[in-house]
Amino acid sequence: MGMKAQRALAGALLAPAVLYILALVGLPLALAFVYSLGDVRVGSTGYRFVGLENFRSVLSSPTFRAAVGHSVIFTASVQAIVLVGGNALALALRRRFRGRGAVRFLILMPWVAPISLGAIGWKWILDSIYSVINWLLVRVHLVNRFDPPMWLGDPTLAMLSVIVVHSWRLLPFATVILLAGLTSIPPDILEAAAVDGAGFWRTHFEITLPMMRPIINVAVLFGVIFTFTDMTVVYVLTRGGPYDSTQVLPSLAFFTGVLGSDLAAGAAISVFLVPILAIVAWRMLRVAARAEVV
Amino acid sequence: MASVETRNLTKVFRRGQPGAVNGVSLVTREGEFMVFLGPSGSGKTTLLRMIAGLEEPTSGEVLIGDRVVTGLAPRERRIAMVFQSYALYPHLSVYRNIAFPLRAQGMPRESRRAKVEWATGLLAIGHLLERKPRELSGGERQRVALARAIVREPSVFLLDEPLSNLDAKLRTSAREELIHFHRRVQTTTIYVTHDQVEAMAMGDRVVVLDRGSVRQVGTPREVYDDPADTFVAGFLGSPPMNIVDADEVFVGFRPEHFLPEALVPEPRVRLPFLIDTIEYLGSERVLLGHLGAPRFGRKRAVSRLSSTLPEEFSPGTEALFAVAESRLKFFDRRTERRCAARSVAWE
Amino acid sequence: MTTITHAREGRWLTRAGRWTVVGSAVVFLGFPFYWMAITAFKRTGDLYNVGNDPFVFNEPPTLSHLRLLFGQTLFLRWLLNTTAVGIAVVAVTLVLAIPAAYALARLAGRWGERLGIAIFLTYLVPSTLLFIPMAKVVAVLGLQDSLWALVLVYPTFTVPFSVWLLMGFFKAIPREIEEAAMVDGLTRLEAFVRVLVPISLSGILTVVIFGFTLVTQEFVYALTFIYSAEHQTVSVGVPIFLVRGDVYYWGSLMAACLIATLPIAFVYDLFLDRFIAGFTVGAVK
Repeated sequence: MGMKAQRALAGALLAPAVLYILALVGLPLALAFVYSLGDVRVGSTGYRFVGLENFRSVLSSPTFRAAVGHSVIFTASVQAIVLVGGNALALALRRRFRGRGAVRFLILMPWVAPISLGAIGWKWILDSIYSVINWLLVRVHLVNRFDPPMWLGDPTLAMLSVIVVHSWRLLPFATVILLAGLTSIPPDILEAAAVDGAGFWRTHFEITLPMMRPIINVAVLFGVIFTFTDMTVVYVLTRGGPYDSTQVLPSLAFFTGVLGSDLAAGAAISVFLVPILAIVAWRMLRVAARAEVV
Repeated sequence: MASVETRNLTKVFRRGQPGAVNGVSLVTREGEFMVFLGPSGSGKTTLLRMIAGLEEPTSGEVLIGDRVVTGLAPRERRIAMVFQSYALYPHLSVYRNIAFPLRAQGMPRESRRAKVEWATGLLAIGHLLERKPRELSGGERQRVALARAIVREPSVFLLDEPLSNLDAKLRTSAREELIHFHRRVQTTTIYVTHDQVEAMAMGDRVVVLDRGSVRQVGTPREVYDDPADTFVAGFLGSPPMNIVDADEVFVGFRPEHFLPEALVPEPRVRLPFLIDTIEYLGSERVLLGHLGAPRFGRKRAVSRLSSTLPEEFSPGTEALFAVAESRLKFFDRRTERRCAARSVAWE
Repeated sequence: MTTITHAREGRWLTRAGRWTVVGSAVVFLGFPFYWMAITAFKRTGDLYNVGNDPFVFNEPPTLSHLRLLFGQTLFLRWLLNTTAVGIAVVAVTLVLAIPAAYALARLAGRWGERLGIAIFLTYLVPSTLLFIPMAKVVAVLGLQDSLWALVLVYPTFTVPFSVWLLMGFFKAIPREIEEAAMVDGLTRLEAFVRVLVPISLSGILTVVIFGFTLVTQEFVYALTFIYSAEHQTVSVGVPIFLVRGDVYYWGSLMAACLIATLPIAFVYDLFLDRFIAGFTVGAVK
């Protein structure tokens, strides 16, 4: 088959997938921008271009500014927790031991479970009256029976709870990726470090981690996407409350655009996800390019 | 600089399975270049790793410089190791690779710099200090690995087949560099290889290993001319020694001693030789065939002849070959170990 | 063969450290599921009595929550809906992704790499960015409140992922196998269908499993496009519709969570290694 025919075949095989993606990702993406620059409501069919009006009103809203802050805080905290925890867990799982298979199965469950179901499970654990955590804390006399922590009712505790649930969900993912990175390090390099006199910590920080840098990058990039753009945990756990203290960009976009029927404002809010996505996509490409060179 | 001693060192990986290393006891001499030679699976690398502290022995002791080091971590043994892949830290520059062991010791920066300069001077790689390992050639990587090893001034060097990853041409020059290096630093060195040419060329003494046990320890000349058993006899020498079954003994003779009758002085043994193939290798010819005498039952045999000799042969013919009696090696049939010469009916 | 890199005493410490880490992780990650199991079988009286020890069955376990779940809620319906959507979406995904992955793995050369990465990056475009215009598209097509809306939209995340995975699996198989078939007389297309596809069946199965997993986990689109309870999927139905007013039927809720999660978890664990292999091969030339 000649080059031309081969290229034609490649095109034909790629066309359905590419066209689908263009139509159902590219088009709505463009529409998101169009809506954010216009005046659209759920019921109406008309469209009026209003320029940056929506952005102006959205940016001036204190709820929006708070939501941006929450998104950033949650994402950063979760990444930190998950990287350190995933690192420790990956190190612990590196060598074979009896029961490792069963442990792996158990550890994967938070990641495999549908997000909403994991979140509703936590909602029960953190319930204001029946929380098993509170029962334990009262039992060991760390809190007063009549004044237990309101995990989902107090603004600060609610934020903490959202961070915990996100971390709970992402930890397996980070562990699996970091473990793959760990096992890809040639064992004789670690042996050379041992012979050279490096102890555990020096080897880990000066040899292992730097060699794992591309994998760590990938884990972080995915983790940022999964946390920053997720609305499910917040929606199920707190509906953004109490008093919008756990509201994040995606959930705010949902409440405004879908429940509030203000499609334009909702679109404008969700458009603010794009800068993060662009940065992440750019960094991913850098990682991929560097992998080609090495 | 110190000597290395192992006492009855054994390593069993799986219970019930034969050990990878079985009761090996040996002592190196200070400053010696000792080679562990054997085929894959002979336990030579496992033995080296136990000396390094990277494998824990099932039983037995390791001593370095009269100090018992069994149970100590590698870094407490004052050894240096060069791995087959060189194991250079890919994300560090050459300078940092070499300085790493010194940093691990807590040496201050100025002293580190001086030591690194000394090591790189020794190996003439001062111009490569800022490069990363992936930018270096195979020979350069070996030198960096050696510099990293020498910079701590260890008592013992351990090298695990460092030449196997180089291509053939590079191997000879790299080998020379290693010998040269050893002569300069005079550190006790243990070198593991499966290549008997390397072992013969480099070793002060060679330890021949087979399936976890030591078959012979000796100078290259001793293991070649005076093999302790049929394994050593057959492993060293290329093409391998001809070994024939002569009733109560095995008898061996090397291809280079199996020559046309006219070239062999008395006392000698005549062996008719049916030549099947002749390989012309430039400086020598290798004749492959089998022995004519009926009692040997068409046993295959090999002869090596220098090309400078005028005799011509053609495949498919029978020629009268002979071996000098002094060149015959006798091995006990049951134990396969060397035994005294005895008379054999050669017809 | 474990390498000794620390002295004997250090190794004991490492072992204790390892068990601490693994133990804490198992407790933290596994506890909610354990709790779901206990809650699902506890009698209501026992469950809502603050005085009782929550870790024990103070009254004998009961199946009443399960009976409620399967008898008086739409849970079974939701399971069916989710399964149906899963099958349809996986079918669409395979039809779109297999040819595309083949083209990228075998035919496209240099720009094939790039296009593959570009396609994969569309996976990163989140549903929380697209869902508002998508809602309008769905309304225009008259698919609101219909599971077909999900079948239409879900491939937007299953296809990019599957193309990447399949690219990896195809690349892992040497070209020479198809080339041998072509020398034997098959056309390229025939070689692809009759030689490459059967060999990569395990890879295709992996893609099927993961596609199905992604479908069952999706929340945002299902919440946005579907209003009525009968047409919902498990992911949205359970946390949203198993609530009567302000009352959460926790026993049935937890049972539902567990039932929906366990089968997926088993299958996922079986295929995880293959998944990782396919994922990382896709990134290597």
